[in-house]
Amino acid sequence: MSVTIRIPTQLRALTGGAGQVDVDAASVGEALKALDAAHPGLADRLFDDAGELRRFVNVFLADEDVRFLEGLATPIAPGQTLSIVPAVAGG
Amino acid sequence: MLDFVTGLRCRECAHEFPAEALHVCDYCFGPLEVAYDYERIAATVTRARIESGPRTIWRYRDLLPVSDESPVDLGAGFTPLVRADRLAAELGLGELWIKDDTANPTGSFKDRVVSVALTKARQLGFKVAACASTGNLANSVAAHAARAGMESVVLIPHDLEKAKVTMTTIYGGTVIAVEGTYDDVNRLCAELTSERPSWAFVNVNVRTYYAEGSKTLAFEIAEQLGWRAPDHVVVPIGSGSQLTKVAKGFAELGKVGLLDEVPHVRVSGAQADGCSPVATAFAQGTDAIRPVKPKTIAKSLAIGNPADGWYALQTMRSTGGSCASVTDDEVVEAIGLLARTEGIFAETAGGVTIATLAKLAASGAVRPDECVVALVTGHGLKTVEALADYTGPTATIAPTLAAFDAVLERDGARSPG
Repeated sequence: MSVTIRIPTQLRALTGGAGQVDVDAASVGEALKALDAAHPGLADRLFDDAGELRRFVNVFLADEDVRFLEGLATPIAPGQTLSIVPAVAGG
Repeated sequence: MLDFVTGLRCRECAHEFPAEALHVCDYCFGPLEVAYDYERIAATVTRARIESGPRTIWRYRDLLPVSDESPVDLGAGFTPLVRADRLAAELGLGELWIKDDTANPTGSFKDRVVSVALTKARQLGFKVAACASTGNLANSVAAHAARAGMESVVLIPHDLEKAKVTMTTIYGGTVIAVEGTYDDVNRLCAELTSERPSWAFVNVNVRTYYAEGSKTLAFEIAEQLGWRAPDHVVVPIGSGSQLTKVAKGFAELGKVGLLDEVPHVRVSGAQADGCSPVATAFAQGTDAIRPVKPKTIAKSLAIGNPADGWYALQTMRSTGGSCASVTDDEVVEAIGLLARTEGIFAETAGGVTIATLAKLAASGAVRPDECVVALVTGHGLKTVEALADYTGPTATIAPTLAAFDAVLERDGARSPG
């Protein structure tokens, strides 16, 4: 199944400037792995040494933070978009 | 004048960056922190050197991220630390102090962080000061920008208290009310920061420096206690930055030798029930802070997605502190309690702190054998709307002695005898 992943400005150097990338995946983890396969170096930026999402990397499936779904195991439904978003500042 | 900054460092992955207008690590997205040469600071700073400085935050310039002979300054800081025996008696506590930051130039602790942020912004060559604000920051940025001769662009949620809007617009800058919550305003400002790189958004691209200003709360508390750290501080949580930096401030005093012993200050946090993402995570024992849609009269703390929430959680847990949230009714009650017992009129965020202090005292998390400091961070005149249904004259009378006596007879308890 094809999934669209939105890429934030800070990571576009690794995607040749592309703001979104389409990959084949059935879960969030698979999608991010496929993203790294297409654009090597991205996994290093997204995951810590333990293979978990880095604390200030937010991944949203539709409009929900995957931390509040099933994390990397969260299944992706047809038509859903995955967004990688840096954590907010402010306050 | 030299500062002791060695650069910026990512709090997460330790990548290093130059001391410029950067706030996020471009490698892992972690927030950046100012790195100092503490050995050189320790060799320079003394109690006497501080005590001979100005009665503002700038007496602590050796521990701030920018040094300037004439900082952007309206006189922020060195606010009263008030012994609160009558409030302590009400709450069953012993040595209780109020750090009264209502006394700052624009009536809130934000003057501390803005004075630091705009001094650094000016040094970096910025001509425009901007921010996303729940109100207090807006007041302070507009005022300090006027003082510095900078332009200001302030973005606020559209439903702020009237006084906070008036207190921002009077300084003549641009004020944009956004139809949305603070978190919407914040997201917009994050985008604007990329679009307008020549603007200093104090709490976005200059946030690394800005946040350091809150350390001065800890410095002042320790100095005003006679160079002694308290046992416990209670701090309101909006983004969580202030709480984290207060803890850092006490730790730094120990590190550079300004205290006789390494301080162990328990740091507890206060939130309103209507916006309690950090208190909820604390209670549940989790690290993941679930963003909320705020609904509380404590608008200055109404940040549903707190940037430093995770660090605030770690700080409270690692120092043995606690965290709680309180209802809007409890906030109003606490504003009245503080005013009646100590003569200090706090805004709603101060009500959150005092109500939470009461709750933590009742549960035993704050103890009567501790030296406790509660941070009252904003003036009550900013949020009078919250009290509209609760306050008013005792009576309205004709200008005659008879009318006056009638009121006293009606309400004998109020007669001063």
